[in-house]
Amino acid sequence: MLFKTLTKKDFRSLVEIILQSNEVIGPKKSGTNKDGNPIHKFLPVAKFEEIDLGYQTTEFSPKTYFLPYKENLSTYRFENGEWEQDIRYRIQPRAIIGMHACDINALLKLDKVMARDKFPSPYYVSRRRNTFIVGIDHEPAEKCFCQSVGADTVTHGFDLFLTDLGDRYFVAINSDRGFNALAKVDAKLVTEKDSHDYLAVRAKIQNSFKTKVRIDNLPNLLDIEFESDMWKKWGNKCLSCGSCAMVCPTCYCYGVAEHVSMDFTKGQKVKQLHSCNLVDFAEVAGGHNFRPTRSSRLKYRYYHQHRGFVEAYDEPKCVGCNRCGTVCLAGINPPEVIADLQAEGHGP
Amino acid sequence: MNILLHRYDITQEDDFHALPDFNRKATLQHVDKVYKAEITNIIRLTEMEKLFHFRILDPKERDTFSFLPGQFVMLEVPGYGEVPISISGSPTNKGYVELCIRKAGVVTSMLHRAGRGARVGIRGPFGTHFPMGKMKGSDILLIAGGLGLAPLRAPIFHVTENRSDYRNVHIMYGTKDPSQLLFDYQYKQWERIDGVNLSVIVERADDTWKGPVGLITKLMDGMKIVGDETYAIVCGPPVMFKFVCNQLGKMGVPMHRMFVSLERRMHCGMGKCCRCNIGSTYTCVDGPVFDYWSVMNLKEAI
Repeated sequence: MLFKTLTKKDFRSLVEIILQSNEVIGPKKSGTNKDGNPIHKFLPVAKFEEIDLGYQTTEFSPKTYFLPYKENLSTYRFENGEWEQDIRYRIQPRAIIGMHACDINALLKLDKVMARDKFPSPYYVSRRRNTFIVGIDHEPAEKCFCQSVGADTVTHGFDLFLTDLGDRYFVAINSDRGFNALAKVDAKLVTEKDSHDYLAVRAKIQNSFKTKVRIDNLPNLLDIEFESDMWKKWGNKCLSCGSCAMVCPTCYCYGVAEHVSMDFTKGQKVKQLHSCNLVDFAEVAGGHNFRPTRSSRLKYRYYHQHRGFVEAYDEPKCVGCNRCGTVCLAGINPPEVIADLQAEGHGP
Repeated sequence: MNILLHRYDITQEDDFHALPDFNRKATLQHVDKVYKAEITNIIRLTEMEKLFHFRILDPKERDTFSFLPGQFVMLEVPGYGEVPISISGSPTNKGYVELCIRKAGVVTSMLHRAGRGARVGIRGPFGTHFPMGKMKGSDILLIAGGLGLAPLRAPIFHVTENRSDYRNVHIMYGTKDPSQLLFDYQYKQWERIDGVNLSVIVERADDTWKGPVGLITKLMDGMKIVGDETYAIVCGPPVMFKFVCNQLGKMGVPMHRMFVSLERRMHCGMGKCCRCNIGSTYTCVDGPVFDYWSVMNLKEAI
């Protein structure tokens, strides 16, 4: 990896250069919550000032720019009893400024499913390759447990990654387009003091995680405690609303439905994100449902995150952002569910 | 002007516009493009099921399309939706796809209303297949319950078309009542084939039924087989797998010599939508054909 430093003024110039001819997405203050704290969302920005790099977390992950909630897979034109299929991919370049390490790690996990596995998704790959990513280090929020799942640092999957050293950024460069972008502004070579300051900031971040979750034994424990009553306890709280999957930066499951236009000249095949907690997730033709209960669906969610995904890709699907725990109206959150599972594993 | 961020048009990549080869699985391709296919023939099987013959229209695409017994396709009726259907036809009938379809939802009901000449979209074939090559030289048990005869018909074709590759073949089929029997016009043909033994059973007989009555496992009672020299393919509803495979186990057939085909409601066929996920396994790419050990090892598979 190559490193450089950038004054905050030069970083601003860099973003402004990108803004001249490209769509730029950044963490933007979009309101305040009931406690008076700001709510941030990844939204298109028109000016550098709209980007708030000091944000703690966003309610929704930037996943939506790679896996939109709704996406048109193909359009059918009907004419004289005949049809033609038309498929388009999104090829407009876009930059996302200010993604945290957990969200970039989430993209790396999505890459494994969407871009590297059998049948890479052209819809995803096109968006991914056309997105310029500038990440940024941050001190963890109270409930973040990304460190516990190994998602607090990131070494690839971005173009530039910033660490705030007070008056300047320490910049990790991970692509030629990132390197070329820095060449447009006055990026400086790294001095010994820069490296020293950077490592001090990193150490401070590393030591400031408050929430810790034990996950190393989960693949085994999830099999052993498959019939445990704790799943009923948490499952009975679950409202089966699917909010957890909507805010999750790595949940990718979806359903496909088709619609016909009012004048019957066009049909659209539309992909819409789904959730394994929704009642019809595992229903098949004729009405049989492989996961008919709330507890079996909630259990499956954890099973996929910490057992199924681990078996397929040697790492958990969860990046520890705790967005699902924050959004859940029933108070179901991974640290508590997993602690319960761990306690169950220790027996009475 | 776009200095920093260049447009990346993935459709310009090498091979992107080549015909997708669905058996080669790691290249970035236009995989959502459907093959346009025409309904050439419709055969009424029961009140709920029809057999459709489709012909892929483009000659190049038709040449590319070949499948192995046990694989499935994603069948799309533009404007209505897309559904996974296992292939019922013979693998040697290249470019022609036979699908046995039960009227169960929006897409399949639409198909049941469609006539000859109607055009649909087909993607595939997808998924794993029954290891017909590995089964050579063994006795074969082909066991189906209800709609399970639809996916089983492809290996039946394969075994009867390559009859000398296999030893004794037992086809066992059961349904709830005689009116639900699929492909009844083919039974006579199958049972006349040298070394093929067909038995059919129903749970509830009617006045015309002269055959045995009971569950499918009844057909296996008293059967003498050598487990290590036998392969079994079992297709049917999940509840049937347990009973049939347990009985086969007692008769000495090892779990890795029993194959089942699992049903899930896939929305993509390509290991993306997650709707067919069982543990770490996608039924669409790691299945639908699994050996019985894999099924036992997966939570909530059956």
